[in-house]
Amino acid sequence: MILLEHQAKQLLREIGIAVPDGAIATTPAEAAAIASRLGGEVMLKAQVPRSDRATHGGVRSATSPREASRVARSMLGSSLLGARIDSVLVEERISGRGELYLGAVYDPIRRRPVLVASAAGGTGVENTAERVVREFQVGVGCRAHATRELGRDLGLHGRDLLSFAHVASTLARAFLEQEALLWEMNPLLVTDSGMVALDAHLDIDDNAPPRSLGDPEQPGTGSTGQRQTETERLAAEIDASDHRGVAGRLVEFGGPLALLLGGGGASLTAFDAVLARGLEPFNYCEIGGNPTAAKIQRLTSLLLGRPQVTHLAVMMNVVNNTRADIIAEGVIAGVLSSGRDPAETIITFRVPGHDEARCRQILADHGVEYLDASTSLEATVDRLAAAASKAAG
Amino acid sequence: MLLHGRTPILVQGITGREARMFTSQAREYGANIVAGVTPGKGGDNVDGIPVYDTVREAVEHHRIEATLVSVPAVAAADAAIEAVAAGIPLLVITTERMTCRQVSAVLDEADAAGVTVIGPNSLGIMVPGETRIGAVGGSADQARRWYLPGRVAILSRSGGMMTEIAALLTQAGIGQRICISVGGDPLIGSSFAQLYDQLAAEPSIDAIVIFGEPGGTQEEELARRLQERPGRCPVVAFVAGRFADRMHGIRFGHAAAIVNGSSGSPGRKREVLAAAGALVADRLDDVPILLRQATAPPPTALATGR
Repeated sequence: MILLEHQAKQLLREIGIAVPDGAIATTPAEAAAIASRLGGEVMLKAQVPRSDRATHGGVRSATSPREASRVARSMLGSSLLGARIDSVLVEERISGRGELYLGAVYDPIRRRPVLVASAAGGTGVENTAERVVREFQVGVGCRAHATRELGRDLGLHGRDLLSFAHVASTLARAFLEQEALLWEMNPLLVTDSGMVALDAHLDIDDNAPPRSLGDPEQPGTGSTGQRQTETERLAAEIDASDHRGVAGRLVEFGGPLALLLGGGGASLTAFDAVLARGLEPFNYCEIGGNPTAAKIQRLTSLLLGRPQVTHLAVMMNVVNNTRADIIAEGVIAGVLSSGRDPAETIITFRVPGHDEARCRQILADHGVEYLDASTSLEATVDRLAAAASKAAG
Repeated sequence: MLLHGRTPILVQGITGREARMFTSQAREYGANIVAGVTPGKGGDNVDGIPVYDTVREAVEHHRIEATLVSVPAVAAADAAIEAVAAGIPLLVITTERMTCRQVSAVLDEADAAGVTVIGPNSLGIMVPGETRIGAVGGSADQARRWYLPGRVAILSRSGGMMTEIAALLTQAGIGQRICISVGGDPLIGSSFAQLYDQLAAEPSIDAIVIFGEPGGTQEEELARRLQERPGRCPVVAFVAGRFADRMHGIRFGHAAAIVNGSSGSPGRKREVLAAAGALVADRLDDVPILLRQATAPPPTALATGR
């Protein structure tokens, strides 16, 4: 789960890392009031889960409460890198002697967490050569001396070195405690009174047990950071309504061809093939495990309830344990409950594997052809493309 | 080989609903499952397989060379470390939804003990005609339909697609020596590159098929490995999810980019694999064709008509 900057900063405050004084505004009037409390000179920062906000106009300055109100009005409700700005963080402006970069992340090759630091913080830090990486073990944590070595590698000394080492140790500890996947401060400002995190990014492991993250009015967003469409939200509800099997992870594309795809790898493969044939899918999704027929029925009805959807294709890999007949039951029930004719609506149904005979019979009863493993995934999409061009006449 | 027909196997979490099912399926396929562990159920048995409270007791009573960890995510890290501590040399973790922190802790222990870990979030391992660990292929009858003994290895980030590819090869008459579902998570015990080194050294394997996906660095790591030390075994690769490259890209934070470079994009993975000498399939159906190309004997003097 990706947290917004102000949520990440709240956590930094709680663990004792300094951040600028500030508050969240959802209206121009609120922005002006916060600016007035902070003495007028402020920064306004769009609260969207994106990097490089500054280069895209998501970080602006104001020198008076009135200007803060004006800037907030132009930012709120607008879109930044595909995300709508619902709130801005209004913060005091702080200057310092230098900008560092400090982050923690899992390295998939070392398979351990690493601290990453650079003496040249700010946007584009991933392209600078001067950065240092220090791995640590989750069972041991990052030793204090390792953070001092990291600071020395950046050329820090004296009080700056000790202050940096303290922040790095604190970050490494919190990274593990919070089950973060990525936590960074960029820039980390060097001031005479210590290090101040001017910006913060935090992504928490979706597999970690849920925890309270401060302001419940401003929840974090899913791992894509994209706003969900109505269909996507309803699909997620259907998936969450029953723990058996996966029937969701739906992404809406808006074309006329609804897709029920599974499992994960096959969904990616089939979706690539669908686009490569020039077909226009309504959606991407993943079915897996053993979802109930009711779950599949609800998902099918949801898709067929969209007016632009004309046809449905069901395609899965050769399944290991998913029951093809249960998928067929659910799909047929979903098509019927949407008031459509299965034979007209379902262009292809390919779920090779368990309980093929019963699956074939259920489909045949409604005039739908069953495809087994003798029709490959690619050949299935070829048939789909041929049927679609015939339907288009 | 990691696993063969006689390898004695332990199942941790054997009394769970799913574990019971694939224990009986795997046994019917030929797997030599000798014991199970479920804390609190010591003394029970599952289809005649003795159940112990601890892995330590299981290894005291049985010679065990591989374990399947099929326990809920909250207990999986401890169960895996218990197996490492008991000296079992191969762990296959099928548990889903472990956190990166838990996985990293397990891998630190496993590395220190020289233990091989497959997974987490793995479907399992299949050695066609000999044995299997996990739910690979479903029932024994189904598994015999989709998997054919032979000389190709499959390494897949998707368990479902491993069986799909095996079925595609089997229908083309190309058998498989071993098929490993490496696991779909960002941190896993054995990457493509690590397994390549083991499998390419195996004389009974002629070629390796990999199924890649968006995200992570495994495909890039394998490409680097192939560039540095070209191996004996040709690699045929398919990378799914190319559509992801066309979608509005979202970058979040800099640390991952610093650590991983520009990796993660399916298009880029295909490029680096091709540049490293792998045969990259555009369509999944091309995999058997490319395999035949890759393993065709070089033209002899006779065949070239001299």
